[in-house]
Amino acid sequence: MKPPAFVYHRPGSVAEAVETLAELGADGKVLAGGQSLVPVLNMRLAAPAALVDINRLGAELAFVETTADRVRVGALARHAQTERDEAAFAALPLLRQATRHVAHQTIRNRGTTVGSIVHADPAAELPAVLMLCDGTMELASAGGTRSVLVADFFLGPLESSLSYGELALAATFSLPPPRTGSAWVEVSRRAGDYALCGLGLTVSLDEDGRISRARAAYISVGPTPVLVDLTDAVAGQAHDAADWSAAGALAAGKVDPDEDIHATADYRRHLVGVLTSRAGRAASAHAAKAADR
Amino acid sequence: MTIDAPVRPQAPPATPEAPATSGRPGPFGKAIPRREDLRLAAGDGRYLDDLGHEALAAAFLRSPHAHARIIDIDITDALGVDGLVAIYTYEDLDGRVAEPLPLLIPHPALHAPRTNYPLANGVVNHVGEAVAMVVATDRYIAEDAVERIRVQWEPLPAVVGLPAAFAAEHAVHPDVPDNVAAHMVQSVGEAHAAIDAAPYTMELALHVERSASMPLEGKGVYARWDADDRSLRMYSSTQTSTSVRFAIAAKLGIPVDRVEVVTPDVGGGFGVKIMHPWPEEVLVPWAAIRLGREVKWVEDRREHFISSAHERAQEHTVRVGFDADGRILGLDVRFLHDNGAYTPYGIIVPIISSTQLLGPYKLGSYRVEFHSLYTNTVLVTPYRGAGRAHGCFVMERVMDAIADHRGLDRAVVRERNMIQPDEMPYDQGLIFQDGRPLIYDTGDFPASLHKALALVDWSGFAAVRDAARAEGRSVGIGLATYVEGTGVGPYEGAHVRVETSGDVVVATGLTTQGQGHETVFAQIAAQELGVPIERVTVTTGDTRRFKYGVGTFASRSAVMSGNAVAAAARKVRAKALRLAAAALAADESELELADGEIVVRGFSSSDGLPGPRIALATVAVLANPLRYAFDEEAQRATQFSGQMGATPAGDGPPVAEGEEPGLEATGWYSPIRSTFANGVHACVVETDPETAEIKVLRYCVVHDCGTIINPMIVEGQVHGGVAQGVGGALYERIVYDESGQLVNASFMDFLMPYASEVPRVETDHLTSPSPLNPLGVKGVGEAGIIPGHAVIASAVEDAEGFRIDRMPISPSELWELRRRHAAGEVPSLRRASSLQPGSSLREEPA
Repeated sequence: MKPPAFVYHRPGSVAEAVETLAELGADGKVLAGGQSLVPVLNMRLAAPAALVDINRLGAELAFVETTADRVRVGALARHAQTERDEAAFAALPLLRQATRHVAHQTIRNRGTTVGSIVHADPAAELPAVLMLCDGTMELASAGGTRSVLVADFFLGPLESSLSYGELALAATFSLPPPRTGSAWVEVSRRAGDYALCGLGLTVSLDEDGRISRARAAYISVGPTPVLVDLTDAVAGQAHDAADWSAAGALAAGKVDPDEDIHATADYRRHLVGVLTSRAGRAASAHAAKAADR
Repeated sequence: MTIDAPVRPQAPPATPEAPATSGRPGPFGKAIPRREDLRLAAGDGRYLDDLGHEALAAAFLRSPHAHARIIDIDITDALGVDGLVAIYTYEDLDGRVAEPLPLLIPHPALHAPRTNYPLANGVVNHVGEAVAMVVATDRYIAEDAVERIRVQWEPLPAVVGLPAAFAAEHAVHPDVPDNVAAHMVQSVGEAHAAIDAAPYTMELALHVERSASMPLEGKGVYARWDADDRSLRMYSSTQTSTSVRFAIAAKLGIPVDRVEVVTPDVGGGFGVKIMHPWPEEVLVPWAAIRLGREVKWVEDRREHFISSAHERAQEHTVRVGFDADGRILGLDVRFLHDNGAYTPYGIIVPIISSTQLLGPYKLGSYRVEFHSLYTNTVLVTPYRGAGRAHGCFVMERVMDAIADHRGLDRAVVRERNMIQPDEMPYDQGLIFQDGRPLIYDTGDFPASLHKALALVDWSGFAAVRDAARAEGRSVGIGLATYVEGTGVGPYEGAHVRVETSGDVVVATGLTTQGQGHETVFAQIAAQELGVPIERVTVTTGDTRRFKYGVGTFASRSAVMSGNAVAAAARKVRAKALRLAAAALAADESELELADGEIVVRGFSSSDGLPGPRIALATVAVLANPLRYAFDEEAQRATQFSGQMGATPAGDGPPVAEGEEPGLEATGWYSPIRSTFANGVHACVVETDPETAEIKVLRYCVVHDCGTIINPMIVEGQVHGGVAQGVGGALYERIVYDESGQLVNASFMDFLMPYASEVPRVETDHLTSPSPLNPLGVKGVGEAGIIPGHAVIASAVEDAEGFRIDRMPISPSELWELRRRHAAGEVPSLRRASSLQPGSSLREEPA
């Protein structure tokens, strides 16, 4: 469990990083928090010829910015920074709700929000949050910077539309409309493990406290996070008396989980239903509280 | 003449709750904090990989196939790797290194033993079997070279899982066509007839799946050869440095006195490191000698998964006959044991399962038959509990099933079948793992049971269940008992020496993997010698300090080395008193040894003046009569000091007849048979009605390990064992696919409980000293883990209302069981209706 030799680059600026990545092309791989990449290297599951370590780019990339309509997280913001950022929490509670389920504190101290998204693990929380927040990814290359909508970003397990030579600069999460609540729930074998099934769910209420919109993004039940619009199942219902089991049933029909050594596909689909109800109730209560403010 | 040492305050009297070996004040029996913890917790431990930074590194090419013939090994590409030193395959091995590894524990029932070669000889029998050894300037380069070795394989059909092994459509070893390594039957009475004649009978199929020890530090070997001295120093992360020494000396053809084996700090063993010699333990020193260079190999996690050892993995079929009161009249157990690809450790695990299954019960009759089967998987050797957890699971599942069948309280049925204290010692009529009769020495099993029932509030649980139900929650309570044979022989020894400084140095042959030996053995020596514990240092697992010993396994260290340390210390004490009596011109019977000095008893109290006294340090000086002084202390023992030896008047030889120089002694302990500890676990679980997640709400342990040397360390052993027991019941499972690939060979998918999954452990204890050893102690190392599967199965079953017959169990599996139960495929417990709110199961044990 030692990696094969690689060339190590440590650029001092984003411009230099992008330049280096352009030179390296398919041979280069970005190293940020390293919480997924380093084990993969050690097990020789991947053997990039060169690593481009962006850990010296904190001045440019270690930010969590909250504005009127979005939270923008830079490529070097650790999970812990995202989790603790009060302005981001006030604007988009889901970010903290979900990040708390990312592995354990020691891993969150090192791993990055953007790195987790770029890694595109279908069991990871942040890709689902980005989906639920209609987010975009800012990808820089020698040719300039492009924005990719989340709907176009995740292609499959561990596969995104990030190209060789590109550096993910930031992830942008759109803020929900007023009177929106959210919840993150998941079932994992042990505290901090990848979820057997998990979801983030947002509920928006109208001025009468009735549900106007509900959406959820599910993890560990498909090749990418699965976004399901639940509005049809609960629209118009009182926030504290909605039929979330119908929403759960709707969602269970939209996922196609695999079986593995930890859970059967049927069990995972069952969890989609159960956890949708739990998240729906929690998010509704959260929305009602938001409406009171 | 100044023999008198400064007057020191008397040590405080022993507190009543701290029993001392001989009523003297001292640290024995006290909750002394572990002396090794600061060093280990602060990162100052010295583990195998902390040594030998200049050594060459070894890495191994391991088989990717479960079963295959090696057609060709091509190393051409690897030769170009810069920094490569050597590549070895089987063809390079010579002498006894080219022979199969030893069969460590032969047994007449093991009729077809097979052991592997250090490097595969033409065929591999499991994924991970070593095929080639690469030595390079560092481990990175060694792995680069491994990657470039090309092997041409001819895959063979893989035998995976017990049903396939027993069906024997394919064989692991061509000369063992039925895959049966061992077949063994033991019986007491006529079980078949008793069951046939019993008023009630039942049949159960009970499975425990494969798991593994999984110490945080894997194995590791570091060897250096001194070509001038023709001697080998070898470091190994092992549970037996003494036996590794003999094994390596024999394998490499080096005189034993030219081989030193040192075990540095070890980051856990749990059984896997008692297996030896591992291929790497032979090959690393072999390569070091051949190359004339230091060589080191440190096992990585993936290697540990696929090339060390696993355990558990048994499938039992049980028939039981019982009467209306739930008393067992006959028990017939047949089981299949998966021993993996080879049997170097013999059939110890299934023997223990088959004998310890009986627990605290006297059955009318018992017959057990097992087949130990070859599969194309990693070999199976003891893992903490060592067969006991499976046996306990089977026996306790039977008890719960009988209780349910008869509508009786589960505790009542257990008590009715228990051996009573007045029946001790109790001979179960079987032969145990040490080849000796299975005779329980002491214990009060009903008392243990009642203490556990009180601790968990067994009779109050109906109300707890009702309250939970009212909140829409589902809870269950479980119970399991065990008896553990501990302190297995053949022997251990210890050496105790009093330095001329008064410091006491203790050495014993067995090793330490975190048990706290530096503390408990120091407590014993300090107690026996009447010195402050701060003056005692303990060395384990270093054959330079103590050459003979067996190892650390089977909950044996406190019993074996503990008693050996006491024996050695008692000899030293006797010698010190003899020498002091001569020096003080007093009678030995008048002398008292306490707080590092020997005083004439009663002398000081009569007139308030300090009486004649001599420091133990001074006795140590006098014990070694000298011609040459090297410091001020030593001057006292030279020939013109007038104090030389035991006869200060100078009218005898400086070393008296029958004495030896030095204030030191070696002591030994060799038991006639094992001593048996016992205990009862009870736990409360909650099962989520929707997600089927299982949470342990309470975990209670009552244990009896005889006289307790250090209650804090005993509790620590219990807590660690419980953590592993919870792991075994709910999380840990080694999974092979049909082709023999280990699919969860990483900590991401092999789940051990985190602190967040381990419940707080509530403990209580009894003390039934063993009459078999002078300290009266029994082992406790495995106590915490043995009933883990059983007690959690019992509680989950109680919460769910249908039978749980295999462990571990995951939420997904529980949910699938619920589905099958709802579909009528899994029957309800008979008492299921009474598990509803408002009911109770009151039938108190007598």
